[in-house]
This record gives sequence, C-alpha cells and structure tokens, in this order.
Amino acid sequence: MSARIVHIASNTFREAVRDRVLYNLIAFAVLLSGAAILVGQISIEIERLVVVNLGLTAVSLFGIVIAIFIGIGLVSKEIDKRTLYTVLSRPVRRWEFIVGKFFGLAGTLVVNTFFMAIGVFAALFYVAHKFSASDATILVALYFIVLEFLIICSLALLFSSFSSPLLSAVFAFCLFVIGSFANDLRGFAMLAHGFTRWIATAAAYLVPNFSAFNIISAVAHQQPVSAQLILQNTLYAVFYTAMVLSGAVLVFEHRNLK
Amino acid sequence: MSAIEILDLEKTYMVGFWRKRPKRALQPLQLTVEEGEIFGFLGPNGAGKTTTLKILMGLVFPTAGTARILGRNWTDPEVKAQIGFLPEQPYFYDYLTAHELLDYYGQLSGIPAKDRKRRIDEVLSKVGLADVKGLQLRKFSKGMLQRVGIGQAILHDPKLVFFDEPMSGLDPLGRREVRDLMEQLKQAGKTVFFSTHILSDAEALCDRVAIIHKGELRGVGAVETLTSSVQGKVEVVWQGTQIPSSMKTLGAECHATGDTVRAVIQEGQQDAAIDLLRREHIRLIAITPLRTSLETYFVEKLQHSQTTAGKSA
Repeated sequence: MSARIVHIASNTFREAVRDRVLYNLIAFAVLLSGAAILVGQISIEIERLVVVNLGLTAVSLFGIVIAIFIGIGLVSKEIDKRTLYTVLSRPVRRWEFIVGKFFGLAGTLVVNTFFMAIGVFAALFYVAHKFSASDATILVALYFIVLEFLIICSLALLFSSFSSPLLSAVFAFCLFVIGSFANDLRGFAMLAHGFTRWIATAAAYLVPNFSAFNIISAVAHQQPVSAQLILQNTLYAVFYTAMVLSGAVLVFEHRNLK
Repeated sequence: MSAIEILDLEKTYMVGFWRKRPKRALQPLQLTVEEGEIFGFLGPNGAGKTTTLKILMGLVFPTAGTARILGRNWTDPEVKAQIGFLPEQPYFYDYLTAHELLDYYGQLSGIPAKDRKRRIDEVLSKVGLADVKGLQLRKFSKGMLQRVGIGQAILHDPKLVFFDEPMSGLDPLGRREVRDLMEQLKQAGKTVFFSTHILSDAEALCDRVAIIHKGELRGVGAVETLTSSVQGKVEVVWQGTQIPSSMKTLGAECHATGDTVRAVIQEGQQDAAIDLLRREHIRLIAITPLRTSLETYFVEKLQHSQTTAGKSA
C-alpha cells in the first residue's frame, strides 16, 4: 500500500479520536452495564440471549451511526474547509486520498468495535458467570458487523464525493434500511412479473445485502455459523466495497474543487 | 527552461440552477514565468487569479489549454513534489498542532523521517511560530494560520512556490516578514509566483508582473518597464520648509510636508534646480525621475478594458 494512503488514513483516525468520536464508547458502556444489571435481575434462563442480542445490536447501531456521520463529511468537509487544497497540491493522487480516507474511517470503526466487543463479553460474563465454546460465534457476528461497516463507509464516502452532507446522510441511511431488507426485496422480485420483476431484481441485487450479515439472533440462540457463510460474506463485502470505492474515486477524479 | 508555461488555459463554469448558462472565468491565457524570478499575478477580486492557481494545482480542470511546470506537464504528480502552494485564506486541520500538521504534510511530500523534525523546526522558526508548536491550530489567529500556510508551502524546499494572496490577514510586521521571506527564496534560486491585489507589495517585490481582469490578461512585463512611461518629469526633494521663489520660475509644483519639500520639474532642468538650491544653501535630499506607479498603470489597464467593453457593447 502506498505510504501516502497510510498517512492519510492515520490522520483520519487521529481526527476521529480528537473529535471525541470514541466518546460514544462511554454511552455504550453505560447502556450495556445498565442492561446487564437489569437483565440479571429480571430474566431467568435467557440472560445470555438478551445480553447477546442487545449487545450486538447496540454495537451494530452505534457503528452504523458513526460510519454514516463521519463518512458523509470525509470529502465534503475537506472541500468546504479547503483543507484538501494543501493535500492535493502535494504528490498525492486523488484515488489515494479517497482510499486513505476509507481506511482511516474503517480503522476507527474497527477500534471502536473492539472496545465495544470487550463490553459485550464483560456484560455476558456478568450475567452468565462463565464463557462457553459457543460464545466464539459472537466473534463471527462481530466480524460480520465490521464487514457491514466497511460497506457503509464506502457508501458514505461515495455520496460524500458528490453530494452535501445532509443528502449523503439521507442516501446512506436509506440504503442501510433497504439493504437490511434485501432478502425481502429479492422475495418480492421473485413474485413480480414483467418489467416490475426486472426492476425489482435489479434493485435487489444492487442494494447492499445487509440481511446476509445479520446473524445476531442466530448467535444469541447459540446456533452454529457455517464456514461457507463466512467466506461468502467476506467476498461479498470486499467486492461490494471495492466497487463502491471505485465509484467514489471515479466521481472524485473528475470533480472541480471550487 | 521556464518555470511555468501557461498555454491557452481557459475555464468556463456552468452557472444557474435550472437553466445552466456558461460563465467564462478565464479567457485563453498565455503566460511564461522564468526560473528564479518573483512573478506577481495582479488583478482585482474575481479577476481569475485564484482560478488560474487552482488549475495549475490540479484542483480545477481547465475547459481547454495546457501548461508546463518545471518542464513537465502540469498534471504530472511528480511535479507536485517540487512545488509549494499557499491557498487564499488557508484553513488547516484544526485538531492538529503546527508541528503535527507540518509533519503530516512532510510525510505526504515524501520527506524522510530523519530529516522531517529538523526541517519542521527550521520552517517554524522561519515563519515565527517556533514558540507555539504545541498549540492546536484551532487556537491560532488568522495571521498565525497564514504563517503556518507559508510554512507548509516551503516545508519540502520546493523549486517553485505559489502564493495566493500571501499578505492577507497579516499585520504590517508580518507583511514585511513575508516580503523578506520571498526575497530569501529568490536568493536561494527559487521561483515565486504570487497573486495579490496589493500593488505596493508587487511593486516592491516582483521582477515581473501580469495584470488580469475579468479572466483576461491585460498586460505583462518587468515592473520597471511598465512603470517607466513617465511624463518626462523629475522630482526634487530638499530639507526644510523654505521654497525659493526662483524655483517657481522653473515651473516647479512644490509641496511642503513636515520638514521636507518636494518639487516636480521638467526633465532637463535638474542642473538649474541644483544650482538654485546650492545658492540658497539648502540641503538637497534626492533627485529622482518621476515614474508612473504600478497602481497608475494598473488602474489605466482596468479603465481601458472597461472603456473597450463599453464601446463594444
């Protein structure tokens, strides 16, 4: 990887840390500790299920919100504040800037998820007093959540490369919601006929299939996760992210910075 | 080899929301800047100076034309390792300190880690910010940010430096320091291309200037050449408040200010004026040919273009 990409990524990470983005961890810790104590008192036999469900859902939602809200400003804020001028007047290619920004935000989210994961396991230990072998699947669920973040980051970055922060946030959030129901959309496409079927199928395969990444409920119920799903989701996320990032680069390469 | 060759660069923006219409920001521009000179790019606000600089920096794409910087195509990323750029009213990552910001830019410019710290310290002292290197930029004044901007532009020791309104936001002392810095860059063999609408700065600093107005080049040349079309008059300055009556016979227009008197006489009457002052035992301070100021030349060029535009309309 180009050294310049690493420098841009580490500066993006530093910005997130200094802008106190990781302060959300405090809110997360308070929420999860409170929930664990409450669940410990009112649930019988299903403490693990509730804590895993609640914990992983919170990890996912906190991360998605951060990914969208940082991602939408990654390029547009640099253009508005003109900080980009002194970067692009150096031997930095525009694609390096986009890719560096992506890795910076992805790194922020991975670190964020790591700390939240510690919180989830701590809450789990508090209610169950031990760990079991099946708890390892929580790590898989967390991995899928990180893959979701990569896709969301790339989408936010794509929208940020040509649109205002507000519209970018709306687009990214809508795609997240639609993508979470991608399986239903595919089901609808199968039922439709003619032109509608064609349009619905295209839309169903074009939007990110977030429903495939959501194994929170299965993990909470201690169901196993197949290696095939892990491989499939990994390849899908990498391919989808690469495609969206290429789109962002393509847009940004031709953009006049007024 | 020329430092900059601009070959018919032009830029047209599409403006309007529903019915887009073209607005020409830069007419086909031809300009050459030689290596080692300080070149002033002058024009009123909205003349096209910043658009030209943005095109040269690859921030905006031209509608037509091309340019060469240091002998290479201006879009060649390797060119950028040899140039520095200070944008107009610069704004930087305000969560960083001046030292961290320069370190980041040093990394992007490819300065080896072992040289970076030394170079950053040198530059911070040069722009007068050695004492505040631990302070976050969000606490910096406008003038301090301008100094950081100048620092980042010269950090990697570029051969060619572009400054967009470098004196903006600086107090008189700061302006003087920037002028000295530009002189130092010239002495070190660097080329400086700077845009400004402050003509006194350009007159004091530049080897050559170009004047641009409404996106069109109105004049280009050495400052001495542009300002030497004098009215054939000479200015005589002497000490005191006394104005000898015989000076008026030379047709002099005299103005006393403080303890000096300035008289403007026709060229060729200098000897007579000197003799006259000697006879009166008055101390002569200076005799200088009266030259058109750059400001006069600039205003004439702008007025001429407005008149031409008015007639053609």
